[in-house]
Amino acid sequence: MSASPKPDQPSRPMLRFRGRSFLALALAPAQPLEAWLADLDAWLERSPGFFTGRPVILDLSAAKIPVADLGSFIADLAGRSIRIMAVEGIEEGSLGLGLPPAIGRGRDATLPEAKPAADEGSKQPKSAPEPVSLIIDEPVRSGQTVFHPRGDVIVMGSVSSGSEIVAGGSIHVYGALRGRAIAGVANQPGARIICRKFEAELLAIDGLYKAADDMDPALHGRAVSARIVDDALVVSALD
Amino acid sequence: MAKVLVVTSGKGGVGKTTSTAALGAALAQMGQNVAVVDFDVGLRNLDLVMGAERRVVYDVVNVIQGEAKLAQALIRDKRLDNLALLPASQTRDKDALTEDGVARVIDELRQKFDWIICDSPAGIERGATLAMRHADVAVVVTNPEVSSVRDSDRIIGLLDSKTLRAERGERMEKHLLITRYDRIRAERGDMLKTDDVLEILSIPLLGIVPESQDVLRASNIGQPVTVSGPDSPAGRAYAEAARRLKGEALPVSVPGERAGFFGKLFGRRAA
Ligand SMILES: Nc1ncnc2c1ncn2[C@@H]1O[C@H](COP(=O)(O)OP(=O)(O)O)[C@@H](O)[C@H]1O
Ligand SMILES: [Mg+2]
Repeated sequence: MSASPKPDQPSRPMLRFRGRSFLALALAPAQPLEAWLADLDAWLERSPGFFTGRPVILDLSAAKIPVADLGSFIADLAGRSIRIMAVEGIEEGSLGLGLPPAIGRGRDATLPEAKPAADEGSKQPKSAPEPVSLIIDEPVRSGQTVFHPRGDVIVMGSVSSGSEIVAGGSIHVYGALRGRAIAGVANQPGARIICRKFEAELLAIDGLYKAADDMDPALHGRAVSARIVDDALVVSALD
Repeated sequence: MAKVLVVTSGKGGVGKTTSTAALGAALAQMGQNVAVVDFDVGLRNLDLVMGAERRVVYDVVNVIQGEAKLAQALIRDKRLDNLALLPASQTRDKDALTEDGVARVIDELRQKFDWIICDSPAGIERGATLAMRHADVAVVVTNPEVSSVRDSDRIIGLLDSKTLRAERGERMEKHLLITRYDRIRAERGDMLKTDDVLEILSIPLLGIVPESQDVLRASNIGQPVTVSGPDSPAGRAYAEAARRLKGEALPVSVPGERAGFFGKLFGRRAA
């Protein structure tokens, strides 16, 4: 999932999904933003809904939008049914809880020091080089995305409908899982999704997925574990 | 110390403005110095619900842009003289509110009042985030239906990330106010159960306000329901919610339910 931004050229990271691959479209706005949005609108008029429901990465290496204005810009895009799953090409290591996660920053020794205090509320992994578990003490709210491609994600509360967890390894939810859980994105077919109350909208492990409609209604509301067995995603009750 | 409270929801029409007026008046009736501030620039409403629409001369945008002093723009309530309204502008749009300007106005209000209650516009955009920006306490107004609950969940996420408190790493105090609760529809299963709403949002319950003609009547005569009908079920629910905001540990009652159920609900208050 790592996206290496090349200047002026949208990068197109590949995601594997049930044997098919799809592109995460990279939108690279340019200044002035009004003109760029007008172009986008003209384009959307010809292909309405093109971005709807597609994963879109916002590449800000050219536009240099101040972080303070990013929320409203992302909201402008959301108003056009473009949902930004991640932001790349920004200086800040993390954007805070209301904004999509920042990705694509260097993972090598040139990283600036991890920022203290201000980053406290962030669900982003810090600049730790090793795979590491991310423990989240609060509920994950609708509209939030937790993106942790290098390790496990452990959520002490619930994961709301309309939110999404993406983990390189396993996902553990000690409350209700009502949103989308996408585990094993770092090529980890052994990853699992475990939750105490199962009401998920989507489960995926290493590219294999199951949507709510495909799930056994008898498992609804129960404690479950999901894993891959013989190239199929299997959900079973824990008790 | 002054407390800044934002009344917010994500969704429109759920009862934010009604609740701002009712809670503001209830706190004033308890002897607190209260200012209610309308952040819904362009769609101002709070002045109507408070019966002050004909007394609006200056508004919050005038104050921010230096065209009026705060004291000139504040409208003192006709019945409660420790209650004041800072109206929104009807003619400008939300961009007239600047981040710095809002900060200055809130700071000045903090010097003069015990409570500053900010009525948020609907949505999750600039207007709503500016309204919550300086809050110490949030009242999340939710109707017991799926879309309202989902929007509230979203707003809670913003309260935990976009407010000054969140940015400083401090905890934001959040309370859930369920409004327009209809007992008949609840019994028929046409509405989400209170328990389910609480479980999904997992913030403490401040109160349950019934759907009621008294609320409509109150807003038609331009009085907060805690003033026009202090003994009506809605008026009482708001008055009790205000006492809880002040820190009293009153059990929450479900409108129209028998007593046995109260304790159970109270026990479910999330941490
Ligand atoms: N408890 C209630 N019972 C009946 N009507 C209500 C109640 N609360 C709000 N309303 C009505 O619903 C409408 C929207 O309320 P309002 O407070 O303006 O919502 P918001 O500020 O969230 O948009 C108004 O007409 C108001 O009178
Ligand atoms: Mg309103």
